[in-house]
Amino acid sequence: MAKQKQQYVTIKGTKDGLTLQLDDRCSYEDLLKEIEERLIKRAGVAPNSPLVSVHLKVGNRYLTPEQEEELRALIRRSKNLVVDSIESNVISKAEALEWVQKMKISAVPRIVRSGQVLHVEGDLLLIGDVNPGGTVIAGGNIFILGALRGIAHAGYSGNKEAVIAASVMKPMQLRIGDVMNRAPDYKTDEGNEMECAYVDEHNQIVVDRLQLLMHLRPNLTRLERRM
Amino acid sequence: MGEAIVITSGKGGVGKTTTTANLGTALAILGKRVCLVDTDIGLRNLDVVLGLENRIIYDLVDVVEGRCTVQKALVKDKRFENHLYLLPAAQTSDKSAVNPGQMKELIEQLKQEYDYVLIDCPAGIEQGYRNAVAGADEAIVVTTPEVSAVRDADRIIGLLEAEEHVKPPRLIINRIRSHMVKNGDMLDVDEIVMHLSIELLGIIVDDENVIKASNRGEPIVLDPNSKASIAYRNIARRILGESVPLPPLEEEEKGLFSKIRKIFSLK
Repeated sequence: MAKQKQQYVTIKGTKDGLTLQLDDRCSYEDLLKEIEERLIKRAGVAPNSPLVSVHLKVGNRYLTPEQEEELRALIRRSKNLVVDSIESNVISKAEALEWVQKMKISAVPRIVRSGQVLHVEGDLLLIGDVNPGGTVIAGGNIFILGALRGIAHAGYSGNKEAVIAASVMKPMQLRIGDVMNRAPDYKTDEGNEMECAYVDEHNQIVVDRLQLLMHLRPNLTRLERRM
Repeated sequence: MGEAIVITSGKGGVGKTTTTANLGTALAILGKRVCLVDTDIGLRNLDVVLGLENRIIYDLVDVVEGRCTVQKALVKDKRFENHLYLLPAAQTSDKSAVNPGQMKELIEQLKQEYDYVLIDCPAGIEQGYRNAVAGADEAIVVTTPEVSAVRDADRIIGLLEAEEHVKPPRLIINRIRSHMVKNGDMLDVDEIVMHLSIELLGIIVDDENVIKASNRGEPIVLDPNSKASIAYRNIARRILGESVPLPPLEEEEKGLFSKIRKIFSLK
């Protein structure tokens, strides 16, 4: 048999399983072929050997979701290997934009009036009020410089670490992740100024002084919190 | 080229039609040529408030469908020479008889001849509202000091702000009862203005005479002594660009109290 001059796949064994470093300059087809030859067609796998997780490192190669799926399926055919993670140095522009959207704080000067919905992917800094019947939704935290009298939903994709802060906190409803809380039916005249809402250890939304936030969520504005 | 102002509120029964009739009349008294347009097709009553009900021959739908010219359909209010005209709504069709494009064209045409075209908007935010707003350059939102009316006003302001051809809307607070505000039973003016955060054009105190006048078909503005009349005249002057200070509510309270005292002392 002709001996391969260059190997596209480097296999390393670690305590977490196998790490496959895949060359990022050869064609995708070559890669598939070599994986097939070296992993699937190898002899001597005991029929009942335990599952081994595989970490793929694809370097500067961009894999579409279909290609990732194809790789996973291919490696799964080897009876005892399962792809655990796929790591790539590159992401698509769309993914990058989405990531930026989720990371950034959108400052919006506006009054969200009854019937209006303001939706942002990342954190929301609203310079204005949310009137009764208005709704603000954010993927991250919500900070309102004016009065919150409507509905606020922070961490709408399920992030319970998100918080809602407002200069005047008189909401109809507060929602964080999948937790919800509504205002009491009686009206209070107490000052609801400079307050924040968060989900506590009992999975309840608690409203408290704004100043507590730095202790409760010390990573609130740090970049690395979502990386 | 005149200005078209839509008078709207979202909620029904807060006084859009009365406000339209009175502001139109007040502007006519101040010497402007005014045309009032009733867009409440199917439920017209601007004509009744103005006392012009019996003179309607053609209406807005007739004009839009080309059965007559605008000039023919306009009803002249003889009390004001050539200054006040009404384009009545049809009573037999409904809001879908007209579309926003047609309304825009119609209002454009009226703006050529009149200084002010006041458009009386129906309640709601559906087709009737869209028709009324289509041709407007400015908007006046009418509300009363009730939570439900303020809520609807907020909704309508949101919709008006999204209309690019309409200037930022201005607010009229209607039917204020000063004693109720004083007792804290009613929202006060500052609270409403802060909540809606738009420019306040004027406030009108609750006055039985307004209802009486409406029923007689004579807008209250014609009575120079009524408080509501003065308030409407002041608003008309503010629309013309004059700066007329808002009378503080406190004074009116004093006036009211002295009135009550008078009544008691008479007894």
